[in-house]
Amino acid sequence: MDKLKRQRRPFSWKRLWNQIMGLLRNPFNVIVFVCLIMLFCLIVIPLLTMISNTFTVAKAELRNLPGAEIGDLTLFYWRYLFATVLGTSVFLPALGNSLMIGFFVTIISMPLGAILAWLMVRSDIPGKKILSMLIIVPYMIPSWCKSLAWLAVFRTSTAGSLGLLTGMGIPVPDWLAYGPVAIILVMTLHYYAFAYIMVSGSLRSINSELEEMGEIQGANKIQILRSITLPLVMPALLSAAIMTISKSIGSYGVAANLGQFTNYQVLSTLLKYFLNGSPKRVGFVISILLILMASGTIFANQRLIGVRKSYATIGGKGTRSNLMHIGWAKWPLLGFLVVFLFAAMVVPMFALVMESFQLRTGGGYGIENLTLYAWTGSWAERPLEFLAYDGLFRNADFMSALWNTVKLSIIASTLTAFSGQFLGYITTRGRGKWYGKLTEQLVFIPYLMPGVAFGAIYFAMFSQPRLGGLIPSLYGTFTLIVLVSIVKHFPFASRSGTASMMQISLELEEAAEIAGASFWRRIGRIIIPLAKNGFISGFILVFISITKELDLIAVLMSPANRTLPFLAFEYSKNMPQGADAIAIVILVFILICYGIANIFGADVGKSWG
Amino acid sequence: MSKIVLEHIDKFYGTNHVLRDINLTIEDGDFMTLLGPSGCGKTTTLRVISGLEKPQNGRMTMDDRLMIDTDEAFFEAPSKRGLNLVFQSYALWPHMTVYGNVAFGLKIKRMHRHEVHEAVMKALKVMRIEEFEHRYPNELSGGQQQRVAIARAIATGPKLLLLDEPLSNLDARLRIDMRSELKRLHKETGTTVIYVTHDQVEALTMSTKIALFKEGEISQLDTPLGIYTNPIDLQAADFIGNPRINFVDGLALYDGETILVRSPLGEYRFPQKDIKTDEEIPLHEEFECVLGVRPETIDLGIEETGHKHSAEAIVYASQPAGSETLITLTINGAELLAIQIGLKEYDVNQKIHAVLHPARMNVYNKATTRLIKFAHSTQP
Repeated sequence: MDKLKRQRRPFSWKRLWNQIMGLLRNPFNVIVFVCLIMLFCLIVIPLLTMISNTFTVAKAELRNLPGAEIGDLTLFYWRYLFATVLGTSVFLPALGNSLMIGFFVTIISMPLGAILAWLMVRSDIPGKKILSMLIIVPYMIPSWCKSLAWLAVFRTSTAGSLGLLTGMGIPVPDWLAYGPVAIILVMTLHYYAFAYIMVSGSLRSINSELEEMGEIQGANKIQILRSITLPLVMPALLSAAIMTISKSIGSYGVAANLGQFTNYQVLSTLLKYFLNGSPKRVGFVISILLILMASGTIFANQRLIGVRKSYATIGGKGTRSNLMHIGWAKWPLLGFLVVFLFAAMVVPMFALVMESFQLRTGGGYGIENLTLYAWTGSWAERPLEFLAYDGLFRNADFMSALWNTVKLSIIASTLTAFSGQFLGYITTRGRGKWYGKLTEQLVFIPYLMPGVAFGAIYFAMFSQPRLGGLIPSLYGTFTLIVLVSIVKHFPFASRSGTASMMQISLELEEAAEIAGASFWRRIGRIIIPLAKNGFISGFILVFISITKELDLIAVLMSPANRTLPFLAFEYSKNMPQGADAIAIVILVFILICYGIANIFGADVGKSWG
Repeated sequence: MSKIVLEHIDKFYGTNHVLRDINLTIEDGDFMTLLGPSGCGKTTTLRVISGLEKPQNGRMTMDDRLMIDTDEAFFEAPSKRGLNLVFQSYALWPHMTVYGNVAFGLKIKRMHRHEVHEAVMKALKVMRIEEFEHRYPNELSGGQQQRVAIARAIATGPKLLLLDEPLSNLDARLRIDMRSELKRLHKETGTTVIYVTHDQVEALTMSTKIALFKEGEISQLDTPLGIYTNPIDLQAADFIGNPRINFVDGLALYDGETILVRSPLGEYRFPQKDIKTDEEIPLHEEFECVLGVRPETIDLGIEETGHKHSAEAIVYASQPAGSETLITLTINGAELLAIQIGLKEYDVNQKIHAVLHPARMNVYNKATTRLIKFAHSTQP
C-alpha cells in the first residue's frame, strides 16, 4: 500500500520551470487567476471595506468624538443606530415597517401566485393560452412603474395634485394612498410572480398519475389538492416565500415612491436618508443589517429545504399531465382571474398612460383637460403656471437621462453577459475543483444583497481614492454606475452562462484540443458559436434588468448621470405627468426587449426581480 | 509507425488512486484493447496517453520520443503527440457540417485548401460517408455519426488512433458492421490502435493484444486467444467468454510434479508441463481448487463412446437457437453448460454421455483465485 503515497521528488530547476511554464502556457489558468482577483476586488474587498468603515471614525464625526482621529476604531455608528434616541427613534419604526411589509407581502402573494399557477397548469380553465401570457405581464413591469400607476389612481391632495379617484370626487384616505397598505399591495402585485413561476414549474414536473392514483383510492378533489399536490409543491412554495421576504424587505423604489409624501420610512429608505445626510456610516450599518436579513433568509431556505429542493420529479418519461376538471367552478375562477388582471394591469396602466396626457391630474378625460404638454410641450408656452418643465422631447434632463440609460444598459449588459459566459465557463470546467467552487461562491455573494445595500457598498468603497490614488474616487461618475450594475448582475449572468456552458460537453473541446486548436481558437471556434444563443438571451435579460434598475443606483446618482428610472422617481415628487411619460417610454422599451428575448428562447421567469 | 511505452504510470484523483503503476508496451501496428469493467481505469489510461490527463507519476515515450516525464513535470501537448481520439459520445461539433468537422484539424495545421479537401474526401470515402459531406451531425443516424467521428480522427493521418468505447452507443447490428469496418481500417492503414471497451466480444474479435484491467492495474496482457484460453484468475475467467465458462469445485493435491484433481467430473492428473509454477500452490496437502471448463470443450452424445473421460450426464434444459444449441446438464450433481453447433434436440432429464477433455480445462487455486494450470486451446 506504500504506492498509495505520492512520490516526493528531489528539487529540480527543470521540474520547477516545466511546472511554471505548464501553468502559464495554458491561458485558462491565467483567466481563472485574473477572474478570481477581479471578483475579490469587486465583491469581497468592497464588502469588507464597508464593514470596516462602520467601525472606524470618519472625518465628519470628528466634532462628535472629541480626541478621536480619522480611522480610529469606534462603535459610534452602531451605537448611534441602536442606543441613541436620534437613532432608535427612526431606526426601530423603519425596522418594524420593513418586517411588516415583508410579512404581509409574502402571506398575500404566496397563495395568490400558487392559485394562479395551479389554475394555469392543472385546471381546465378556458382561455389558458392568453391568460398565462397576461399573468406574467405585471411582473415585467418594473415595480417603481407600478407605484407610479398606483399614485395615478389613488393620489390625494397631500401629494399636491389629484389622482383618478379623487378627481372623480371619490374621497381616498391617505392611509390607503400612501404608506404601508399601498406599498404592500404594489409589492404583492410584483412579487406574486415568484410564487407563480416557481409553483408552476414545480407543478409541471409532477406526474399527474400521482394525483390520479389518489382519485382511484377514492379521494375527492379537495383531499387530493391538500394531501398530494400541495405537499409536492411545498418546497417550491417555500423557496418562493423566502425569495419574496428577502426581496420585499430590501426593496427601495416602491417604498420610496409611496412613502415620500407621508414620510413613511423603511430600512432601505432610511439607508439612503443617512447616506445623503449624516452620519453617513450609519447608512452602512443599515446596509449590513439588510444584507444579513436577506442572506439569512436565503441561507435558511437552503438549510430547510436544500435537500428536498431537487425532488421536483423531472424525468425523461412518464410525466404525463392530465388536466383536472373543475366543472362549474371554472366560471367564478375565471371571473376572479379577469378581475385580478383588470385591477393589476389594465386599470393602473390605463391611469398611468392617460395621466401623462392630462393637463391637471385627476381632472378627468375631457378634451379640455387633454394635452401633449408632458411629451412635447415647452416651458415657455406652458398652459399652467405650476407645470415647471419642458415636455420630454424638448427636455434636456430627459434627453441626458435617456442617453445615460441607453449607454449604461448597452455597456453594462454587454460586459456583464461576457463576464457571465466566462464565469460560467470557469465554474463548469472547474466543477469539483477548488477554483470552480470558489468562483461559484464569490459570484453568488451579490445575490444575497438587496440592490440598495449593494449600492451602499460601492458608495463606501469608491467615494474616496483607493490604493493610494491608483483608483480615483469614482463617486458621481458614470464608471461607478456601470461597475455596480455589472457586478450586481454577476450571479444572474453567470448562472445563465453556466447553463449554456453545461450544454457544451467537455469532449467537444477536447476533440479540438487534440486536433491542435489553441485555447483561444477553441473558445472562438467551438465555445462561442455553441454558446451564442445562451449569450444573447442572457444579454437581453440583463439588459432589461439594468434598464429598469432603480434600487441599485439610487444612492450613487448624481445630477450628471441620472438614468430614466431615477428621473421618473424625481419627477414623481411634483411632476406626475412627466414621471408617467418616462415610465411609459421605459415600459414600451422593456416589452419590446422581452419580445426579442422570447425569440431567442429566453425564459422570463429567469429574469431578475 | 508508432511504439508506445508506458512506465510506472500512477494517476490520482484526490486521494483516489485510479491507475496503479501501469506498465505497458504497445508495439508498432498493434491493435491493443484495454478491456475491463467500468471504473477500472482503462479510459483514464487512454486519456493519459492522449495527453488530456496528466499522471502524477511515470514516463511515456512514443517511438523513443519523450511524451511524459513526471520527474520533470514534462507533458507534451496532446496535439503534438501525433495521435487522434474517437470519443464515446463522438463529440462531433454540432455547429459544423460533416465536412467542417473532418476539416477542422487539417485547417489548424494550415494545410492548403486543396490538400484539406483531398484529405477530407479521402477520409469520408474510407468511412463510406461521402454523400453526407454537407449535413450537420444532428441530421445523421448514430452509425453515421460514428463514421464521421472516425473519419475526423483518421483525416489527419495520426500515427496512433485512440478509440474510447466507440461502439457502445450503437445497436447490436450496427456494432457488428462497425467492428469489421474498424478491423479493415486497421489493416489498411497499418495505424497503431488503442481501443477501450468493456465488451469482451469486441476485444476478442478485433484485437491483436488485450490488456485486461482490474481496479487500476493491468492484471493480464496477452493475445485474445491467450486470454480466452487461460484467464489469469477466476474473475477474468468469468468475464471473458460468452456463454460463460463453467466452474466446478474440486480438491487438488500437488506432489511437486503433477497435480491430482478430484471433482464430480472425475479424477484427473495434470502433467508438469501444464502447471503454472510461479503461482502459489500448496505442496503435499490437499487444497480446494476450481476447474474451468469452456462450454465448447464438452462433447455430447447419446451413445456411450468408451472414451477415457466419458461421464454420464442428465439434461436439465436445452435451448436450441438455430446456429447453436445450449445445453444445461448435470454430471454427478455439478451443473455445466455445454454448447453444440447446429440444432440439437434433447429432452428434459434425458440421460446422455459427455466427453470431457482435461487438457483443455483450467485449474484455479480457490484460495488465491489465480490460475495454476494452463489449458490447451486445441485438443492435443
